[in-house]
Amino acid sequence: MIIKCPYCGPRDVIEFTYQGDATRQRPDPASSDQIAWNAYVYDRANPMGSHREFWLHSGGCRQHLIVTRDMATHVISSVGFARDTTGTAKSGDRP
Amino acid sequence: MTSSRLPKGGRIDRSKTVRFTFDGKAYSGHPGDTLASALLASGITLFGRSFKYHRPRGVFAAGSDEPNALVTVLSGDVREPNVRATELEIHDGLVTESQNRFPSLEHDFMAINQLAGPLFSAGFYYKTFMGPAIGPLRSTKFWMFCEKFIRRAAGLGKAGIAADPDHYERVNAFCDVLVVGTGPAGLIAAEAAAETGARVIIAEERPVAGGSLLASAEIIDGRNAAVWAREKAAALAGRPNVRFLTRTSVWGYYDGNVLTAIEHLSDYKPNRTKGQARQRHWVIRTGKTILATGAFERPIVFPGNDCPGVMLADAVRRYAVEYGVAPGNNVTLFTNNDSAYEAARAMAQAGVNIAAIVDVRLDVSGACSEIATAIGAELVLGHAVTGTHAGKTLSSITVQHFNAVTGHVSGTPREIKTDCLGVSGGWSPAIHLASQAGGKPEWDEDLQAFLPPEPNQNWVTAGSSAGYMDTVSVFSDGATKGSSSKAKAKLPSVDAPMFDPSPAPVFEIEPAVKSQKAFVDFQHDVTADDIRLAYREGFHSVEHLKRYTTLGMATDQGKTSNIPGLAIMADVRGITIPEAGTTRFRPPFTPVSFGAIAGERYGDLRPHRLTPMHDWHLANSAKTYEAGLWHRPMIYGSHGETVEQAYVREARAVRQSVGIVDVSTLGKIDIQGPDAAEFLDRVYTNMFSTLPVGKARYGLMLREDGIVFDDGTTWRLSETQFLMTTTTANAGNVMQHMEFYLDCVWPDLRVHLTSVTDVWAGTAISGPNARAVLEACVTGTKVDNATLPFMGIVYGSIGDIPVMICRLSFSGELAYEVYCGAGFGTQVWEALLEAGKTYDIMPYGLEALGTLRIEKGHVTGAEIDGRTTAHDLHLDWMLSKKKPYIGSGMKDRAGLTDENRLSLVGLISLDNQSINGGSHIVSDAAPREPADSFGHVTAACYSPALGKYIALALVKHGTSMIGNRAFATDLLRGKHCPVEIVSHHMFDPEGSRMHG
Repeated sequence: MIIKCPYCGPRDVIEFTYQGDATRQRPDPASSDQIAWNAYVYDRANPMGSHREFWLHSGGCRQHLIVTRDMATHVISSVGFARDTTGTAKSGDRP
Repeated sequence: MTSSRLPKGGRIDRSKTVRFTFDGKAYSGHPGDTLASALLASGITLFGRSFKYHRPRGVFAAGSDEPNALVTVLSGDVREPNVRATELEIHDGLVTESQNRFPSLEHDFMAINQLAGPLFSAGFYYKTFMGPAIGPLRSTKFWMFCEKFIRRAAGLGKAGIAADPDHYERVNAFCDVLVVGTGPAGLIAAEAAAETGARVIIAEERPVAGGSLLASAEIIDGRNAAVWAREKAAALAGRPNVRFLTRTSVWGYYDGNVLTAIEHLSDYKPNRTKGQARQRHWVIRTGKTILATGAFERPIVFPGNDCPGVMLADAVRRYAVEYGVAPGNNVTLFTNNDSAYEAARAMAQAGVNIAAIVDVRLDVSGACSEIATAIGAELVLGHAVTGTHAGKTLSSITVQHFNAVTGHVSGTPREIKTDCLGVSGGWSPAIHLASQAGGKPEWDEDLQAFLPPEPNQNWVTAGSSAGYMDTVSVFSDGATKGSSSKAKAKLPSVDAPMFDPSPAPVFEIEPAVKSQKAFVDFQHDVTADDIRLAYREGFHSVEHLKRYTTLGMATDQGKTSNIPGLAIMADVRGITIPEAGTTRFRPPFTPVSFGAIAGERYGDLRPHRLTPMHDWHLANSAKTYEAGLWHRPMIYGSHGETVEQAYVREARAVRQSVGIVDVSTLGKIDIQGPDAAEFLDRVYTNMFSTLPVGKARYGLMLREDGIVFDDGTTWRLSETQFLMTTTTANAGNVMQHMEFYLDCVWPDLRVHLTSVTDVWAGTAISGPNARAVLEACVTGTKVDNATLPFMGIVYGSIGDIPVMICRLSFSGELAYEVYCGAGFGTQVWEALLEAGKTYDIMPYGLEALGTLRIEKGHVTGAEIDGRTTAHDLHLDWMLSKKKPYIGSGMKDRAGLTDENRLSLVGLISLDNQSINGGSHIVSDAAPREPADSFGHVTAACYSPALGKYIALALVKHGTSMIGNRAFATDLLRGKHCPVEIVSHHMFDPEGSRMHG
């Protein structure tokens, strides 16, 4: 599998570290809602089809990426910086 | 069968002789021969004994589909088992032996297994090794005992135990187009692709290009087909944008158009150049793949079909045309399709005598009957082979009337004298790689074969692997698949008779009375009756059939047996073959050695991390050991001391005067940014935003699930800069953990992380005289209690080297950590030693460091083991109630606050014996198995400060157990000692020494 890192370019999957389901929602940090925390820490979606995942380019720029991948065919439809997608930071020079 | 070398022909070099041995006897052949062709040329027809029944077996095919002729190649003490004789190129000095026979191939003791045939039917192991449910042998133990002997009787070659002296290479390659196979389709497709300027890699598993053209009687562009192929291949190889690999088998197709291949570099050579790799493992990333992998001829299943002398018709042709070998003096062919006639034409041209062609069809085309007449072979139409007569080799076959529509056998058996029978049951496209890459193969009724599935990556199949079975349409398909260019390339002209590619749908000949076994999978000894038995026993789906009978699960992956096996199953179920379905092919297409996949990556592959002071440690008689990737001093000194004596001496020196230890291995992370303090408040359980500049604080991290993750000190160097230290082993994990939160959870925080572990050299100096040593060598700052209080940081110099000093203590003594640039580590270390001479300063290793921390009850990785909570480790005082942090949401889950959890305590040995690490805590005064454990020892040592053997342990109801007695039991090493459970703060619980 080849992941097109937006910073480093297309690289083999061995350079990356899988960091899990990117669709999970972290509860409010002060929340003590055990069901919500349990869902965030343990429950993982495993759809047959398109899925959003975190991948760390651990052997490259060390940026976390959000990769949209088809779980059945491994076809990757989009790759972006996790920071741009999950937060307010603007894309710019990286790392 | 009496096989022999033909007087002329073949692509062997008859001017040279190659000598080799098989089962201890010397033979010779010519360059270009395989072991199979050379042995056939020498009259050898018996190649091995079969897997279960030890039946005599000969060579069956001529390529990678060979199920029978597997041999072991010997080279010194090294054995390479299960090598296909049909692919093994002979060379001078080659030593081979046959397999699965005792004591010899000719006289095989285990052939008695044939008499027990019914015993070894499908599912034999499953049925046998469950053991009888009742009776005196009612347990599996007896059967396990028998199994050893039964397993020895069955099997393939034996692997050796000698280390492989060869070396192997790995290479990554990139191309626009990868062409797999160099038959007519592959050559034309590669040419078309190369014409477009694309970077092309061509892989051919055999030593020479040409595929089916090598054994063809066709005339292409006015030339012999093999000559045409050789010229075309040479022209392609000469192109600058083409890389032409022979002896390279593409064996795996993976996501992202990544294919793997094995190239044989030197294992076919008599004298390898020193340093030359034996094989090369290719990982090829390609834009487009053209699978021109050809087709495999398949056999027809009939009684007695496994005796030596029965071969695939195409194999007979290839031995005759390619190697100049007649596999028999008097060859017959048995077919359900036209391809055998073209084979017969080529064989006859090569000089092979063909006695008869037995065809299950009542009518054949004019082209076929013309060939039979021309070569003088009797045409036996509407007949099938129903039996064979053979001792160690074929002597005759029995044929009977056969109705190809009903499958009914009738009439009087007729015997035909023959010493070699070539069988053709039609052709199956070699869809193995396509199947790996794609979905379900599609059944083609005309060809009676599975065609490749719809591609889900950028690949195409071309030629006979796409179902085009004659050379003209193969060329046309190859050119189309090779390039989408509109400019029509001129196709080569082919002079050959036209044949119908459709076989009669006949897969098995099943006479009413059977006296002989009819084999489907030769390599695993699976018969047609085994498949029917599997059906009767309820294994109907192909997946179950395959696993129950092991059909197609041998090293040949069922290349010859797959379709006949499916057809028989479909027949007993009364459904069609596509309804029965097929299993998906998996890598590898051909067996691949582990050595090639490993390449140069064997042995210890870990990097070795050395601290800046490493050479000093070695020069000063440090015994080192590996802690993670780091090499760290365990103890210093080798004056006849035991390890315990050495660490006790070192630890005592620290408590009495002063010692220094190399702490450069601690993970160090530079944290900068306007939000750095806020970030640390979220990462650590305790508060860091309140930490003044120039001070350090001990911090604790949890995982999101509330379990303790790591601890360490973090130093505030400025309002916006912190230096975090982590445990040595966890440095990488902590970095990744924090990077994840910054990227994925709190991207709004303006914080930057840099790993600086290797930037700093660190020395810890500990003991009552530590301050006096610093005062003697540090300039530029005072180090007195007012200037450098507990957890304070100062900057100064030692000699002219700038240092940063933080007063913190792991040993419980007055202690400091002195950091300097990594390049100056040894200078600072030596300067500290020099300044400490007056106080008999003692370098100490990890053992003494561990002793000091056990005495103090400080936790490390042994206690932070991924299961313990802050409460378990008595660190709940560090859990802030003023702010949320990672883990705060889940730390109070029921399971983590259970009162029955293990918690940290100290242990003191009551019999003055050492306590083994890993011992279990029990209440039994004598060892008992199984023990009712209520805890375990995490770390143990002799404490010079207390004069006792002590340990840290995690014990159920730990705190309330203090003052009780128990036993530390180590059943594995036979140690059982009485202990007293005490507080984990075993030495100086008030901490008066480090604050002094």
